[in-house]
Formats: sequence, structure tokens, C-alpha cells
Amino acid sequence: MSFDVARVRKDFPIFDREVNGYPLVYLDSANTSQKPVQVLDVMRAHQERYNGNVSRSVHTLGTESTEAYEGARARIASFIGAASPDEVVFTKNSTEAINLVAHSAGQMLRLGPGDEIVISEMEHHSNIVPWQLLCERTGATLRWFGITDEGRLDESQLDSLITSRTKIVSVVHMSNVLGTINDVSRISARAREVGALLMLDCSQSVPHLPMDVRSLGADLIAFTGHKMLGPTGIGVLWGRFDLLAQLPPFLGGGSMIETVTMTGTTYAAPPARFEAGTPPITEAIGLGAAVDYLTGLGMEAIHQHEQDITRYALEQLTAVPGVRIYGPASVEGRGGTVSFGVDGVHPHDVGQVLDALGVEVRVGHHCARPVCSRFGVPAMTRASFYLYTTTDEIDALARGLDQVRKVFG
Amino acid sequence: MMLDGLYQEIILDHYKNPHGRGLRDPFDGEAHHVNPTCGDEITVRVTSDLTDISYDGLGCSISQASASVLHELVQGKDPAAAAEIHHAFVELMQSRGQIEPDEEVLGDGIAFAGVAKFPARVKCALLPWMAFKDAAARAGVDVGASPEVKA
Ligand SMILES: Cc1ncc(COP(=O)(O)O)c(C=O)c1O
Repeated sequence: MSFDVARVRKDFPIFDREVNGYPLVYLDSANTSQKPVQVLDVMRAHQERYNGNVSRSVHTLGTESTEAYEGARARIASFIGAASPDEVVFTKNSTEAINLVAHSAGQMLRLGPGDEIVISEMEHHSNIVPWQLLCERTGATLRWFGITDEGRLDESQLDSLITSRTKIVSVVHMSNVLGTINDVSRISARAREVGALLMLDCSQSVPHLPMDVRSLGADLIAFTGHKMLGPTGIGVLWGRFDLLAQLPPFLGGGSMIETVTMTGTTYAAPPARFEAGTPPITEAIGLGAAVDYLTGLGMEAIHQHEQDITRYALEQLTAVPGVRIYGPASVEGRGGTVSFGVDGVHPHDVGQVLDALGVEVRVGHHCARPVCSRFGVPAMTRASFYLYTTTDEIDALARGLDQVRKVFG
Repeated sequence: MMLDGLYQEIILDHYKNPHGRGLRDPFDGEAHHVNPTCGDEITVRVTSDLTDISYDGLGCSISQASASVLHELVQGKDPAAAAEIHHAFVELMQSRGQIEPDEEVLGDGIAFAGVAKFPARVKCALLPWMAFKDAAARAGVDVGASPEVKA
């Protein structure tokens, strides 16, 4: 069965619009994805007909809202292969999920001088800064994997990097800049051997790849709704339940408690323990609808489509004179995010000329400055694909790059 | 293409053939500025009499051309004239295209009028000017209170 991208695109109202007089060519899904009507409709219907606060009312609206919110949690849990919905904690985004772990796991492990946290040079800033802050608070030391010239994690020092001093390892599953999909099996095995927790930043992988947390080998993962057809303002922390059950809370407030007295408080079990205050209810329900949409198409089929598009894009971009691709040169072990440079032209200027042609790419350091530094550039241009991307759009990108070379030639 | 307003010939010329580029000694004040959203960087050095303004950096055509124009316009001016030019340039960049620039004051800088209509690029154009202002202050030269730059 072939993937019907034309049909898929009809579900996304935004593709009707033009940008600067050209049809929209949206190649920035690694930044944020577009939303299908199926998601937009569910969110609107919820606000119009079922709106009530969750987990704290006996009335009908409150009950219906709670059912929809918890139903979304259950569908997201099965989407990633979680053992139970209680392993799914709603957060604001990936960033908050990682900060939650940095606080709560840091406290649980009583981190101090001599302890180490291991990340990588390939991380988004949101998987760097929370750990730097944790190290500042506790005196623990931050260490990291480097990146090979091919844009893969350099695991050559694995055994000396992850040692008995290592308490937490947190690495990206798929790079938002290089597109690399990291096979984390060796890292996972080593982390287990030394008794360290393994967290994966799955912000770019859960939206694009079939995901099964039970076979992934991680203890915790983070992902963010807006990159997987859902709205902004909703993200997920998944954790093994027995681990979540040991973690102290992050934010305090309503809904995360068991009982409160003026002298002390006991906390609810996960996931409620980590969901202080009124959550983004409509957004969670929207993410549930996004997961239904993705499941309907099948993550395997989506991944296959993206592989085809990526293969085509790598060919087309390689054929443009002066273009240099950063990251894996073939589709093996990489996803549909391709960063590149155009010889002699700054990415800002590349992005500006492309935008004038309706082609929306991201330029800059992509919140992953160390990756750019690793390849000796201050910034890159990035085209990123999703289930709605077509080969015509890749052609528009390639034509746009010809125009870039004309303006700056 | 609607880019004509942005990539004026004058800007592309300054970008391809920058004036006064490269850091020089001696200097009395130096400042290094970074655009945190895109990672572009510039270092500007000035002598206290403004007879030399030197710079080096990494950045897009707009920021690099802007540095070249800054050098051309401000080098050798007295502090009052430098302040006037600085003020006029910053004001132009914040005008969203509503101001008719004065060529007497801004010279090639008037080519940046089109940049003011691209909010995402205003910061690029201002990067060297903000670094210059700090470098001048460190050299004891006050180029005045320019309009505040908002992110
Ligand atoms: C790899 C990676 N990690 C983390 C994030 C942060 O996501 P959010 O800003 O939604 O928290 C992103 C997206 O920007 C990302 O690509």
C-alpha cells in the first residue's frame, strides 16, 4: 500500500495558503508541525461543549473533561508502548519534562561533588542547560559524548565516559540538526551496567518513528506535542512506573497532593504527583487526537514516506553546486531533517531568499549551538520533513537554492 | 521578487567588499556582541578619537554590510556627529519603514531603509551599531542615548 500524501495534505488547512505570492512550502516541521483538522476540530469541540476543570468536580462537565483528558493519556501511552497510562506525565513541552527530571532525579539521587551526568554535544539546548544548572546546584560534573565527522555520536570512549560515577545519562534520540537517529543500545547497556539512569530526548523521534518504550532501553523519555501534529503547550514525560514512584515532586500545588495540612503534605502517586495545577486540558486532548491521526496512518508508513522524501532530498541537495550537507549522507540511521550550508552565503540570507519564494526553512543554530560549533559554522540552514512533505516541495527548495546563488553569486 | 527592498545593490556591495574590516591596534575600547537567536557575532574596536573603527565578525549579509557602512560613516567623526549618525541609524531601523532616511546624515546607510520592514532582520543590521556604542563607551566616548533596542 502506498502512502497517499495528497490525501494527507487535504487534512491540513494551512496548505491552502500562500506565502509571498507562492504556494506554502513548509519545510520546518522539526521546529513545529502543522495541524490537521482532526486535531483542530477536537480541540474546538472540547472548548465549546465539554469544558470543565479536570479531577476536581463531581459535575457532568468536569467528569466529561476528566474522561477526555485521561483518555488522551491512555492513547498516548499505548502509542509509545507504555506499560500503563500512569507512566505518562503531561508537561508543558519537552523542555519542562527534562527540567522536571533534572530537579526530581537530582534530588532523589542526592547528587553531589564526584557524581557525573553524561550528555552529548548533539543536544538541543533544552537537554544541556537543565543539566548544567543541576551541576551548578549540586557540584556534580557534566561530561559529554562528542560527534563524529559523519554526524553520529562518538561512542569510542563509552566505557571511560560512563562509569560508576555516572548517575544520569541523557542523550538525544534523533538530532534536530543532523537528523541522526542514535542507536542507543550500547549506551543503554553501559548505563545499566553502572547503575545510571538513562533519559532520552525523543522530541524528534516520537513524532516520526514507531516507538516502543519497553524495548527502547531508556528509563525516561521526553517529547513535545507541537512537533507531532498536536498543539503547543503540551508535552510528555514518560518514565518506568517504579522509577516515577520514587521521584519527589517538581512543582507543588493543586492536584499533586494526597493530603495537605499546615505542617506538611503528602503527595499523590504518579502521574498526578508531577501535574501541579490545572493542566493544559484542551491541549492534552488535542495531542490525543494527534496520536489517533498518526496511528490511523501508521507510524511505519509515515516513517517509510519520510525515508523516501529524505532520500530524494539528499540527492537533490547534493546536486546543487556549493551545498554542503551536515550529518549522515544516506538515509540509513537518519530521519527527515537535513541541515546544510550554501558556500559563501550566510544561512539568514539563504532563509530570506527562500521565504520570498514561499519556502519556509529554519536558519540559525537551531537551539543546538554546540552542534554548529562542532562543524565550525555559526549557523546552518535546515529543511525538515513530515508526513505531508512532497517531492515537489523538495524541488521548490532546490530551485530556491539556485535563486540564492543568483542573488549572492 | 519582493526581496529587492532588502538586498539593495549597495548592501550587497558592502557585503562583498567590506570597508575597514579586520581588527586593528591600537584601540581604546572593544566590545563583542552576539545575536543569541542566530549566533552571529561581531567584535568592534575604537580609538578614543574615533580615527579608527575596526571590526571582525561572522554574520549574514545584512550585519556584515551594516558594519562596513558603520565604518564608512562614523570613522573620523567627532563624538557629536557620531552620536547623530548613530541615533539616525537606530531610529531608521526601528521605523518599520515609516521614516524617510536623510542621505546627508546616513550616506549608504539609507539602503537599510528596506531592512526595517523585515522585523526578523532588524537585529542583524543593529548588531554592529550596538557593539560600536559599547566599544565607544569603553573608550570614553559617549555616542548618546540611542532609542532602546527591543528584541
Ligand atoms: C531535540 C529537541 N529537544 C528538545 C526540544 C524542545 O522542545 P520544546 O521547545 O517543545 O520544549 C526540541 C525542539 O525544539 C528538539 O528538537
